[in-house]
Amino acid sequence: MFFKYLPACLLAGAILASTCRVEAQTETDAILMNKSQFCSGFLYSHSAWDEYWEGTLKRNNLNLGTVTTQSVLYMATYGITDNLNIMAGAPYVWTHASAGTLHGMKGVQDISANIKWRGVNHAFNQKSKLALYAIGGFSTPLQNYVIDFLPLSIGLGSTTFTGRLMADYKYKRWFTTLWGAYTYRNNVKLDRPDYFDTHNHNSNEVKMPNVSTFQLKAGYRGRYLIAEASLTRMHTIGGFDITRNNMPFPSNQMNASVVGAGVKYTLKQHTNLSFIGNVGYTFNGLRINDHYFLESRNVGKATTFSGGIFYAFYTQKTARAAHKDNMHQQ
Amino acid sequence: MKKLTKYSTIAACFGALLLGGCSKDIYDRTANIPALIPQVADGDAGEWKPYLLANNEEFSVATPVAVTNPDYIAQVNEIKAAQADYTSDEAALVKYWSAGAVLRWNEIMRELVSKRNLPPYQNDDGSYPAPSSTNPLAYPIFPFANPPYAARAYAYVAAAQYDALIAAYHYKAIYNRKAPYKVDSTLNVKIPKNDLPSYPSEDAVVAGAAVELLKLLFPADQDYINQRAQEHMQARILSGANVRSDLEAGQALGKAVAQKFATRARGDRAGTAGGNQASWAALENDCLARGEVPWYSFELPKRPPMLPGFGKVRSFLIDSLGVIALRPGPPPAVESEKMKQETLDVYNYIKNPSRERIRIVHFWADGAGTYTPPGHWDAIAADEFIKQDLSEVRWARNMALLNMTLFDAAIVCWDVKYFYYNPRPTQLNPAIKTLTGIPNFPSYISGHSTFSGAAAAVLGHLVPAKAQVFADMAQEASMSRVYGGIHYLADCQTGLEVGKKVGGYAIERAKTDGAE
Repeated sequence: MFFKYLPACLLAGAILASTCRVEAQTETDAILMNKSQFCSGFLYSHSAWDEYWEGTLKRNNLNLGTVTTQSVLYMATYGITDNLNIMAGAPYVWTHASAGTLHGMKGVQDISANIKWRGVNHAFNQKSKLALYAIGGFSTPLQNYVIDFLPLSIGLGSTTFTGRLMADYKYKRWFTTLWGAYTYRNNVKLDRPDYFDTHNHNSNEVKMPNVSTFQLKAGYRGRYLIAEASLTRMHTIGGFDITRNNMPFPSNQMNASVVGAGVKYTLKQHTNLSFIGNVGYTFNGLRINDHYFLESRNVGKATTFSGGIFYAFYTQKTARAAHKDNMHQQ
Repeated sequence: MKKLTKYSTIAACFGALLLGGCSKDIYDRTANIPALIPQVADGDAGEWKPYLLANNEEFSVATPVAVTNPDYIAQVNEIKAAQADYTSDEAALVKYWSAGAVLRWNEIMRELVSKRNLPPYQNDDGSYPAPSSTNPLAYPIFPFANPPYAARAYAYVAAAQYDALIAAYHYKAIYNRKAPYKVDSTLNVKIPKNDLPSYPSEDAVVAGAAVELLKLLFPADQDYINQRAQEHMQARILSGANVRSDLEAGQALGKAVAQKFATRARGDRAGTAGGNQASWAALENDCLARGEVPWYSFELPKRPPMLPGFGKVRSFLIDSLGVIALRPGPPPAVESEKMKQETLDVYNYIKNPSRERIRIVHFWADGAGTYTPPGHWDAIAADEFIKQDLSEVRWARNMALLNMTLFDAAIVCWDVKYFYYNPRPTQLNPAIKTLTGIPNFPSYISGHSTFSGAAAAVLGHLVPAKAQVFADMAQEASMSRVYGGIHYLADCQTGLEVGKKVGGYAIERAKTDGAE
């Protein structure tokens, strides 16, 4: 279920992509490629859980053991202008359950494409700067993979559209970023002719609830090193709980709170090349006086780590030179 | 210009987002089907043969008041009053129920089965709690509507509805009280008119029988069931199809017939089919004594086998000796070359499954949280019967024949499973990972294959033009279990053959029930 999101954190296009990607010129960070700069690379992710929330009940499942989702994402970003980037990526995903007899699944999942626009880039003074971004995203399955086999499905199979607004404030080399996203998810179709969610449907079509996601992150952003900590909240608007001892379903209400940390390092000697690493941990929200806030629901209590390598270069020499001049002037 | 392109691209992205948000309604196959207009009225159904009733007059229905009686006129006025502020919700209710009472109650049953088809979670000590019919709302909620339980439930309700309906048609012919719209031509009628006498109401009979039996079969869902029945009766008044006394007489008849079925159900041995620690141990020991490898549960912690005594449940159509006579020869011995080959075949199927094979596995899986294979065959049959414009009573007759054979398939198949107690493929080769859950009972013979073989045979008899289509579906359902890695080929081939023989019993009955 979730099982899938959190685990293969890059899955399903935009949704929780954020939770496990450090600043790497993605749709969820306040970094842009310069005009005519092209950056691409691979990111490997590993996500595993042996406990999950059935509704809000945390439990394990001896017939699944530890469910592991791994993926390799290829992603590329291109600077159309200094303030407008386009990016696209797609992961290959494979799943495995350590116990029980269920067969793991594997395959190419969803392609996602984003357009990121910086509308405001205001320097208050030499030290502090505010930038505002609007990002539009789209994702769709690249093949008709199995969605009705959670938690071992590689994705939910929904075509999605995401609108995201982001604010980034930087003081010297310290930054904080806040964004909110709303993801519209198209309905999906099952292999079986009928199904029951909270009532019976004489249909293979499943109405997918939309999703909102928020992230707050802060850290250090230097020329070569970026280090950050983040808190991400995914909330499914609608959907239903997994019933007692039932299997998860694509339109469950999958809510998750994730804390994460990440670094990105660009080689000084070879600035084309950068490495990133990230960890994420799903937790059960905050408990205050027996009330939970940001409660996780119908998702795996996943621990995720990822690592990747990205290579950037200019497609036009003049652009690079112009940028260098620009840099020197700064 | 460049800027314009940029902005319009962004606007297009968000526009697509907003537009897409407009329609998420899903298409439901039967949500908007038209009102039932039977091609043949089957007015002689009062003389058809019942399953359990001694005859069609076993339960009496009181003589109705004359249509000139002030009490009757008051009932017609009740319809007019109800129609006075006819809301769109009421119109939707009328439309929904006008598609057919047997169809709608079968759909409701499929829903109840899906909802309650969940295996109980284990106790802390690794044992499993059993749902209790005397305390149905405590976890685990009663029932665990697994395939045999569901097959039996569908069969009892379908047969009770059929017996009650043919009794109703018998009284309709005797009393011949016209429908309210034939009595009062000023009445506003919201559904297609017909010439069938309306006392007692066939819809009320179907609902009354269902409510009474579902109380026993799905006690935790009584409120929901009563609400649906109340809506059903309200729809009949609102539509102008029945006056209240048509409905009351129908419900009373349906209820009385259903009580006879409920009494039979209490004594049909299903209540003890779950077995106990001693009987579970005996199954294993008997298998060892025969020199064979016994089945074991693949669930963790190990779950007791599902309803090992179900093969002893009393069928309506096959006596206990008949069940034993249908038992096929043994599966290949576990240590034999043949079994090694069969296990290897299963492994090869699951090693690199194609997308199409997985689709087939999942199309037919009908596992936990679904209406089970009998429910799937009911859905297939319903889709076909909708096209045939059957009368209400023929709907009931066909559904009863189908569900009787599915019940028989469950009994015969479970008898075979626990007679041989044969291991699943994964037990012989743990490298066999499955594309659907391994059902918690022995392998030989395949339940899906037995159900499908029986259902396809009966449906082929009822709709001869589609016989080959149903046979092909049964073949695919059967093979889906091999593709899924949970059955050997022999389980499935033998299951289909046995199922076909089981179907023969219902076909024999169909030929002599007076409806053909």
